[in-house]
Amino acid sequence: MNKTLNPKAWYFVIPVFALVAFNAVVPLMTVVNYSFQETFGSNVFQWEGTRWFKEILHSERFHASLGRQFIFTFIILLIQLPLGIAIALTMPKKGWGVPVCLILMSMPLLIPWNVVGAMWNIFALPDIGFLGNSLNSIGFDYNFTQQSGDAWFTTILMDVWHWTSLVVLLSYAGLNSIQPAYYQAAEIDGASRWDIFRYIELPKMKKVLTLAILLRFMDSFMIYTEPFVLTGGGPGNATNFLSLDLVKMALGQFDLGPAAAMSLIYFLIVLLMCWVFYSLMMKDEGRT
Amino acid sequence: MAKVTLKNLSHSYLTKQSHDADWALRGVDIDWKDGGAYALLGPSGCGKTTLLNIISGLLKPTEGEILFDDKDVTALNPVERDIAQIFQFPVIYDTMTVYDNLAFPLKNRGLSKTEIDLKVKEIGEMLELTSTLNNKAAGLTADGKQKISLGRGLVRSDVNVIMFDEPLTVIDPHLKWVLRSKLKELHQKINRTMIYVTHDQIEALTFADQVVVMHEGQIVQTGTPVELFEKPKHTFVGHFIGSPGMNILPCKIENGQINFEGKILPNNTSIKKTNFSKTQVGIRPEFVNFSNEGIEVRIKRVSNTGRHKVIDTECSSGIIKILTNASAEIPSDSAHITFDQKYTYVYGDDWIIE
Repeated sequence: MNKTLNPKAWYFVIPVFALVAFNAVVPLMTVVNYSFQETFGSNVFQWEGTRWFKEILHSERFHASLGRQFIFTFIILLIQLPLGIAIALTMPKKGWGVPVCLILMSMPLLIPWNVVGAMWNIFALPDIGFLGNSLNSIGFDYNFTQQSGDAWFTTILMDVWHWTSLVVLLSYAGLNSIQPAYYQAAEIDGASRWDIFRYIELPKMKKVLTLAILLRFMDSFMIYTEPFVLTGGGPGNATNFLSLDLVKMALGQFDLGPAAAMSLIYFLIVLLMCWVFYSLMMKDEGRT
Repeated sequence: MAKVTLKNLSHSYLTKQSHDADWALRGVDIDWKDGGAYALLGPSGCGKTTLLNIISGLLKPTEGEILFDDKDVTALNPVERDIAQIFQFPVIYDTMTVYDNLAFPLKNRGLSKTEIDLKVKEIGEMLELTSTLNNKAAGLTADGKQKISLGRGLVRSDVNVIMFDEPLTVIDPHLKWVLRSKLKELHQKINRTMIYVTHDQIEALTFADQVVVMHEGQIVQTGTPVELFEKPKHTFVGHFIGSPGMNILPCKIENGQINFEGKILPNNTSIKKTNFSKTQVGIRPEFVNFSNEGIEVRIKRVSNTGRHKVIDTECSSGIIKILTNASAEIPSDSAHITFDQKYTYVYGDDWIIE
């Protein structure tokens, strides 16, 4: 086929280009700019080369918050994925139960993140919060504002409450797209319930689960609002995750150069992890 | 292997039934011999898949009973009934190899490794899957996958019935032919009762010894392909089988004779019963001939299919289609036609009057 060449078509791309430049390229380049220089305000900059990057990569504070971040994300994925799949499997497939379940499941996802943090903060307060008070009254020494273990427990519980629904909804959609013939064939083949899960449901959910893992990884790795409101990174630095630490460095201490370098490293880690996840999970797809 | 008997089987997907349309199946009675090849033929929504799922045990019928070799199996599940079913599109276990797919039903029934290996290799050979046995099943083409589903049914030596639910829908036309002959060949080789559901008359007629034609949840006729063609017992069979289908036109019955277009048609039987709400005459396009006398028609359209000509003619009662050799002379504009007496039937309220 002969295609007509008309360079004027490029003009149509200008609006998109301008938009992307404005909301992605320009801010990113500003950060890049800060990461290589030192500034004391009033637009006076001094070239520092890769100093901030080296400093961040060797800083114990960064290592600690990155470590906390990885542990947090790992625990979140470990709980939310199996739990989400399990809930999706037990949800009704038809009847009035379907809309009821779907609405119940969507509710946590619709609540603004800072409200979630505030809710859980009040809910978990050891003296007046329902959760904190109940735990204390049945004999647990629970105080998330002072004990780091309790702070972790509360933060993870909050995130599980807030985000497991996403895994549930994705898994549920995946399960519903399985043709009844698969279940019928399995029944005729004499497959057990576990076989059905292992050989039919899980493989058929592969794509939605990949999506769920990616989304949950990114969101939990970049979590900020909820722990900021709930614990503020405390007690001490116990729940000081990467994003919280970054904001403290940038806006608390006004160390703009190191903070910019940290943002870029942070960004690259997320990008790299997503790529690794995606290529690992899609490894077999090309052959089918 | 088993003989299959269905007794007064009815099924409804609703909990309350008030009229005929609420039933997916109505009063089905069937007697199938052990080792036969049968086809259930009918358009979408006629109840054939419902019937199949009831025979396999995936559905419990609202009324009636199912017997395998005179043993009541109505309450048994598919595993207990020992049946195999092949579905419309290939159902395979994506993550398993072809070998494991074929071995799966045997493993679940607790056979030993050596027995499984023997059976799987035998079936693999029969279906020409030997070279791909160790490949991932997900990587195969649609017909390869359908062969696996077929193999999972054939691999068990204890199956009573093998059922096919439109198994060639997703297969390319040129492979359809290959797989269909394969099925026929398999049937002759293993000699098990096979039931084949389809809406494609060619598939049904080439596969089965006996074809069951279904319409709106009822069996309208059971017979050999020739019987269905030569003597349709219901106007639906006339319409549905044959290409083009039977000409079915309104007629009157007077003194036991057929009055069509003001002319008395010669008839094999004299008609006694007359209290029908509608009466129709049926004749296949193959058995309508041009003649010097008879019913007056106007030629509307001639289409040449290469081997045949299909001529649409019009009389005051409607369109009559005629099938002739491609080389036959066609009168232009107006003509007279006669019906072959042997193949002219009268239908009262859609059922044949004999």
